[in-house]
Amino acid sequence: MQAVRYARPSSVEEAVDLLEQGGDRARVLAGGTDLIVLARERRIDVDLFVDVKALEPLTAIRYDPADGLAIGAAAPCYRIAADPAVQEHYPCLIDCATLIGGVAIQGRASLGGNLCNASPAGDGIPALIALGTTVEIAGPKGRRTVAAEAFCTGPGRNVLTSGEFVVALRAPPPSDRAGAAFRRFIPRGEMDIAVTNAAVHLRFDGDRVASARVAVGAVAPMPLLVEEAGAALAGTPLSEATIAAAAAAARAAARPIDDMRGTVKQRRHLAGVLVTRCIRIAAERAGVQP
Amino acid sequence: MTEAAGTRRIVVEATINGEPQEFLADERDSLLEALRDRIGLMGVKEGCNNGNCGACTVILDGRLVCACLVMAAEVEGSAITTIEGIASSDGLHPLQQAFLEDAALQCGVCTPGFIVAAKALLDVNPHPAEDDVRLWLAGNLCRCTGYDKIVQAVLDAAGDGKESA
Amino acid sequence: MVTAEKPYKVVGTRPIRPDGTDKVTGRANYGADIRLPGMLYGRVKRSPIAHGKIKRIDASKALALPGVRAVMTAEDLPRKGRREFAPLGSVKISLATLSGNVMARDKVRYEGHAVAAVCATDPHVAEDALDLIEVEYEELPPVLHADEAMLASAPLIDEELHTREMATGESAEEPSNVAMHFVTEMGDVEAGFAEAEIVLERSFKTKMVHQGYIEPHNATAFWRHDGGLEIWCSTQATFVMRDHLAGLLEHPVSKIRVTPQEIGGGFGGKISVYLEPLAAVLSRKTGKPVKMTLTRDEVFRATGPTSGTAIRVKLGAKRDGTLVAAEGELVYEAGAFPGSPVAAGVRCIFTAYAIPNQRIDGYDVLVNKPKVQPYRAPGASAACFATDSVMDELAERLDLDPIALRLKNAAVEGTRSADGAAFGVIGNRDCLQAIQSSPHYRSELQGPNRGRGVAHGYWYNAGLESSAYASVNSDGTVALVLGSPDIGGTRASIAMQLAETLGIPAERVIPQVVDTDSVGFTSVTGGSRTAFAGGWAAHEAGLDLRQQLAARAAKIWGVEAEQVRYRDDAVIVGPAGEDGGERSITFTELAAKLARTGGMIVGRADSNHASAAPTFATHVVDVEVDPETGKVEILRYTAAQDVGTAIHPSYVEGQIQGGVSQGVGWALNEEYRFDEKGRMENASFLDYRMPTALDLPMIETVLVEVPNPGHPYGVRGVGEVPIVPPLAAVANAVHAATGHRFTELPISPAAVLEKLLPGEE
Repeated sequence: MQAVRYARPSSVEEAVDLLEQGGDRARVLAGGTDLIVLARERRIDVDLFVDVKALEPLTAIRYDPADGLAIGAAAPCYRIAADPAVQEHYPCLIDCATLIGGVAIQGRASLGGNLCNASPAGDGIPALIALGTTVEIAGPKGRRTVAAEAFCTGPGRNVLTSGEFVVALRAPPPSDRAGAAFRRFIPRGEMDIAVTNAAVHLRFDGDRVASARVAVGAVAPMPLLVEEAGAALAGTPLSEATIAAAAAAARAAARPIDDMRGTVKQRRHLAGVLVTRCIRIAAERAGVQP
Repeated sequence: MTEAAGTRRIVVEATINGEPQEFLADERDSLLEALRDRIGLMGVKEGCNNGNCGACTVILDGRLVCACLVMAAEVEGSAITTIEGIASSDGLHPLQQAFLEDAALQCGVCTPGFIVAAKALLDVNPHPAEDDVRLWLAGNLCRCTGYDKIVQAVLDAAGDGKESA
Repeated sequence: MVTAEKPYKVVGTRPIRPDGTDKVTGRANYGADIRLPGMLYGRVKRSPIAHGKIKRIDASKALALPGVRAVMTAEDLPRKGRREFAPLGSVKISLATLSGNVMARDKVRYEGHAVAAVCATDPHVAEDALDLIEVEYEELPPVLHADEAMLASAPLIDEELHTREMATGESAEEPSNVAMHFVTEMGDVEAGFAEAEIVLERSFKTKMVHQGYIEPHNATAFWRHDGGLEIWCSTQATFVMRDHLAGLLEHPVSKIRVTPQEIGGGFGGKISVYLEPLAAVLSRKTGKPVKMTLTRDEVFRATGPTSGTAIRVKLGAKRDGTLVAAEGELVYEAGAFPGSPVAAGVRCIFTAYAIPNQRIDGYDVLVNKPKVQPYRAPGASAACFATDSVMDELAERLDLDPIALRLKNAAVEGTRSADGAAFGVIGNRDCLQAIQSSPHYRSELQGPNRGRGVAHGYWYNAGLESSAYASVNSDGTVALVLGSPDIGGTRASIAMQLAETLGIPAERVIPQVVDTDSVGFTSVTGGSRTAFAGGWAAHEAGLDLRQQLAARAAKIWGVEAEQVRYRDDAVIVGPAGEDGGERSITFTELAAKLARTGGMIVGRADSNHASAAPTFATHVVDVEVDPETGKVEILRYTAAQDVGTAIHPSYVEGQIQGGVSQGVGWALNEEYRFDEKGRMENASFLDYRMPTALDLPMIETVLVEVPNPGHPYGVRGVGEVPIVPPLAAVANAVHAATGHRFTELPISPAAVLEKLLPGEE
């Protein structure tokens, strides 16, 4: 581990100050499952960890039928997975909160951290995008929000500027006859980085798909919202043809690379497979038989 | 150990295996390094130091964590259970007994992590099915046993009705 | 499942292992758990490039860092000549190779090659110091694939290396990256193939894979001011370590003591020295004990995986399936220094089968990758993958049951293999028959995208030297002192053999693995030799005790020693006494009297028997392949193995299950991935992808017990052969499920998709 200091601010303002003073070499420590490894292996230069887990807004999970869900950016996956409101209204988040790493990783890792880490393959990000989540950011100039799909700007890069950090993730209130799902593909049963992942949110009006949001990960420098795939589904009842069209749109949007975790051909193909699988599960969760 | 460049000592108070303790750590120590090098709890093993093998699994405030992915400074005021805290003065924990009887270890270096993880499982799910055990233990690598006897030992420890309180 | 009844009281039972409690409570001391007063912490500076000349090393900035105590480079190690050797089991190993691998001199040969080592008062400071050691390289083009390395135009990794023809002992004129060429021939191959009615010739490739033990390498050294050198480490071979250190450091064997700590897995990868000579030199420079441990990243990059291979197999058979000719060409990557397991591959590739005409060529080829080390049945798994894939195709072409085809050709007692040796009593057919009649093989596999595969493998096992001391305690127990580091439960299995010899319960023998000054020479824990040779030594020490105990009883009774007999139930009996009854005393009663009747008794043995016996294994596996993702799931696995006598059946089963697990990982996901410059891309457990508990089902075992007539308890080695068949068994099952033959490993989801989606995009 490089020489790093540790601070545990007791207010959001104090955290902003510490991060602003620390500049590029100050990093927010939430679950630490990515950050500590990056710092230890000297893949990033860091001299200050700002532990935000003492800050209530960063650890709270709140649900309100009118406002929707607010997940503190540092709330660990196991608490998200155990939250009754999340279980009832946002099963798509349960999909990812129970898949990131193993049990011991879920004891620490947070969806906010997963998002900020901005891995193209981050298993929390497609679900946040599909759900239409907004990211609440605190910084020297106060608060601002960014749509989840606009948050990541490249591998390991995001929109945060000096002194800024993510406070909470806000998902809109659930609608009747809506459903969402997240799936990923990994070579082993657990403990792998996704070769490809995907999430789909469907809202129905009768049998007709009123709106659809389709997100895929690990097929581009950042997780993608595939609007063409959503458009292929929206406006008509779900059919094999529309599902195939959405899958084709996901494949077309994919611009993956060959690396040690997967090939271009494999990833593009999987984008279609996983989007298809997610559509079926999302529809089922919405109470619609595809 | 003398002070050297780039080292900065911090004092951490935590309850470790039921005993309140105050220990000196380096500010850049992980919990794993602090438990081993500063406190001497050598049952917590290092296999990968990046959260991918589970050999350093401990229970931190009731949650299973990889000690290599926690900074020592973070555990101020926390309660930690390591493999050294699993057996009681009355004897071995049923999981430990089951591991012995079922020959669920070969080299033994992954064993502390498996037993701590399995204890956390039985604490929340006293009668897991085989699939539950395999999923829960997927973060713990064993290279000697093929997992067969480990999974069996956890099922046996649960089946005996001897699961932990 | 165990197939035989045995005439033993202890052998074949399942006592709790003597070292178990310490291991389930976290009290067992592994190498990295050592803490000594004043101890310093060492780290290794490694090459970031795969091939290059070292122009300059400047450690001055590192030495100036507060807390840093010393830096060493290859200049601190004696320069070893190419013809200087150190013993390793029954063979010898070049000290130039060993020394060159532990620390690069002049040239780095692979990414991760050690170039310097540093020690400091704090582990963090030692790590900080690494960046302050400046090394300047002149980069050379790396040679990453064996086929390229064999070309005359390839850059030379070692300019002074000339191919050695192992058949003649001659070396080639021109230097080459091919270190050795082995040839084995039997019969007339051309005539054999001419006689064949079907000939199949296929080529196979496997990647480098790592043993994957969970405990990283470690070493702690203390060079005393009187020249005594103490080493504590996790090694499979304390005495080999001592002898190699003596050669590398030019220090007398008598001045070096190696104390084995508990070892967190080895599988062959913890025989060679890595850190020990570096820690020793740093300790000599500082006068303090120095502890060094590798990171996982270093374990992957800089210790020894097993070879990547390219193997061509040609089999000729009659229409009824009778094999008449076989040809094999094995090219094994040695890594950056000579010494792949290609000789063992040559020895094993066709040996399970009786084939009258054979020719096998093996090549040991240098590439700019880590120097390979043994890995469980070294060299045999890749060879079996090739042969048993072709056997599977042959069975398919001839419309024969795959087990029936193998039974038709199975080597039996008296069959000669290509190296000329004839088999003694073996369980080759027995394993095949055990699978043929197993519930698994007799069951019907139903459902789409599913397939069943079988494969059959062979390993020869080793003997070598082992010592044992056994002291009788006054409470009727026996302290057993051993020199074999225990990687998988051999303390238990060796102690059980002594208990059997003495007729006492297993728990009454208390085994301990000790340092190199405290027991006689004992060779490596490896080659599946430890329960065989260690058990034999313990048995001989037990016979020595029986004789001495009988003599003591005779002395107590005032009779001739020849009149007294130690019975197998641990009762010593003598001639009738004055009361007319037979004199008798139990082992426990006599133990209590020893101190007052002439003193305590120690039995000892130093045994070296060449009668290790080969083992065979037949595996059957059912898989399901997801046609959309290419992922292969293992549904069911059964392994039958000729285990000789199963001393502790639980640990025999455990060896089989562990070997299967490693083999499945090798077949499906594990591989070393290098970029075009020879830098390893996946040096972590995350991306190396060993199987987790979720990736395997329960692994059914069938222990076929065909005792080795050359061992007092019929022991054959059991640890290695279980990793031989899984590669081919899985590949054959995937073929059955998909209709595609996989001739390259791993059969990863990407590789499967590549076959399933040939036209797409």
